[in-house]
Amino acid sequence: MNMAISDLVSLLSKGTLETLQMTLIGTLVAYLFGLPIGVSLIVTGPNGIKPRPIYNKVMGFIVNVLRSVPFLILMIALMPYIRIVIGTGIGTRATTAALIVAATPFVARMVEQSLLEVDPGVIEAAQAMGASNFQIIKKVLLLEARPSLLNGAAVAMITILGYSAMAGAVGGGGLGNIAIRYGLHRFQPAIMWITVVLLIILVQIMQEIGIRFAARMDNRIN
Amino acid sequence: MADTIISLQGVTKEFDTKGGQVVALKDINLDIEKGDSYGIIGLSGAGKSTLVRTINLLEQPTEGKVLFDGQVLTGLKNRDLNLQRRKISMIFQQFNLLMQRDAIGNICFPLEIAGVGKAEAQAKAEELLKVVDLEDRAHSYPSQLSGGQKQRVAIARALASDPEVILCDEATSALDPKTTRSILSLLRKINEERGITLVVITHEMNVIKQLCNKVAVIENGEIVERGPVKEIFANPKTKAARKLFFPDATERETPTARTAVKNRLRLAFNEQTAYKPIIANMILDIGEPVNMLYANMDALLDEQNGQMVIALSDDKEVAEKQKAYLIKEGVDFTEIPEDSDYYEYPVNGPREEVD
Repeated sequence: MNMAISDLVSLLSKGTLETLQMTLIGTLVAYLFGLPIGVSLIVTGPNGIKPRPIYNKVMGFIVNVLRSVPFLILMIALMPYIRIVIGTGIGTRATTAALIVAATPFVARMVEQSLLEVDPGVIEAAQAMGASNFQIIKKVLLLEARPSLLNGAAVAMITILGYSAMAGAVGGGGLGNIAIRYGLHRFQPAIMWITVVLLIILVQIMQEIGIRFAARMDNRIN
Repeated sequence: MADTIISLQGVTKEFDTKGGQVVALKDINLDIEKGDSYGIIGLSGAGKSTLVRTINLLEQPTEGKVLFDGQVLTGLKNRDLNLQRRKISMIFQQFNLLMQRDAIGNICFPLEIAGVGKAEAQAKAEELLKVVDLEDRAHSYPSQLSGGQKQRVAIARALASDPEVILCDEATSALDPKTTRSILSLLRKINEERGITLVVITHEMNVIKQLCNKVAVIENGEIVERGPVKEIFANPKTKAARKLFFPDATERETPTARTAVKNRLRLAFNEQTAYKPIIANMILDIGEPVNMLYANMDALLDEQNGQMVIALSDDKEVAEKQKAYLIKEGVDFTEIPEDSDYYEYPVNGPREEVD
């Protein structure tokens, strides 16, 4: 290793922070868009509380198309547009923008899966009580599915972390970029392995927090 | 005449399925009066669950009108329908409680929906927990409660909005016999003490006997027979009703040996005659035996009702004496011709064949 330890530490800590930043902001904004889309897919579905077959089919199709494009290819395809919108096609900010586009349909499907687990009988009971559709979404769907939604959020966050590392290959920032620059281009596998270990630690932490949080929020098992 | 609270007028429900159109309900006309505990009984697939769901429009009828307290519900805007639905509560076979809320949170739920303040809702929920005997389980979650306890929470939740009607959809079908009895007696108390009308969907005769004053028998999406439980029990006119009320008699393919016995009478006992040893006294008094062929006693809403088939003496004179004795004691009876099954010959007047 022909690099001072202090330089290495500052390089890796900067990389870790960038990765965390991209992952957290990416996840947050992806949920901002993905959660309502996921809810809308359930609500307008054939057994939903307000079936809207055309909207459901179109939105489902868009989500599927975006999910079928591998992230790396999606990012390269999006680069020119991202450059127009935020001024640059590479780096942490550009990667975050691409992450949001790629993760939103993924999050929407995760949310849809979680909400599918809610007992239709409970929704029927709320309808019988005279609950409005908005009340059913807020008080029944989202609350009854809360543990599953939290577990899904941990999975989504880990997936987005993986995407952010991939983005390193095409000029994104963070740990993935360090691994490729030092491990591949400069042939310093030690640094690459350190980034791999750091990524594993991040995934473990996110998974643990997700599982514990979901379990604590679940009143079905006590 | 009592006020009609629920009125179904020409209600038809068709479902589009892959195998074509299925008619679940055919031109149903049904009036339920305030304070009734109205049973709707039928075998599974008869359409009873669809029928109860048209009352609060969880199922939109394809044709026909649904009236609640004189107001037409069919065709109402969602917001107005939701306001009316708060007066019609519902309990379910699978309880349908919110798993992420404790007992008191579940009872508060309909009040939250109606926009009642938190403190007021909480106070009311605590009071209702007492009504259903669950004060000590206020903060238990459904996963920590037994089936009977869950149904009690569901009943408290149903009472929270001060409804005029509670629809009970197979409310005891997932419970064991002992728990079923306690839930039925709780529902009966609610009906009698609070005057809340019950609509009771079930496939179990015992539920009707213990809880209902009126009953409608539904078969293949049609109401084939209806009336006071006592009348239908004493004199079921349709095959469907007989199947439900006398399963042992109608399941026989061929008449049994008992139909060959001569001089048979079918007797009906009621609250006045059921407690006296009338047959025994008749035998002692006249000094001639009778042959007992069939007997069935049942409590309908705690009132004794019974059916008995006996064969009188072959001696015509003695038989006349025996009949006179029964008339004197106030027992209603009818004669059963040879080679006929007893249930073909009801006690009260000639049988009108409906089916």
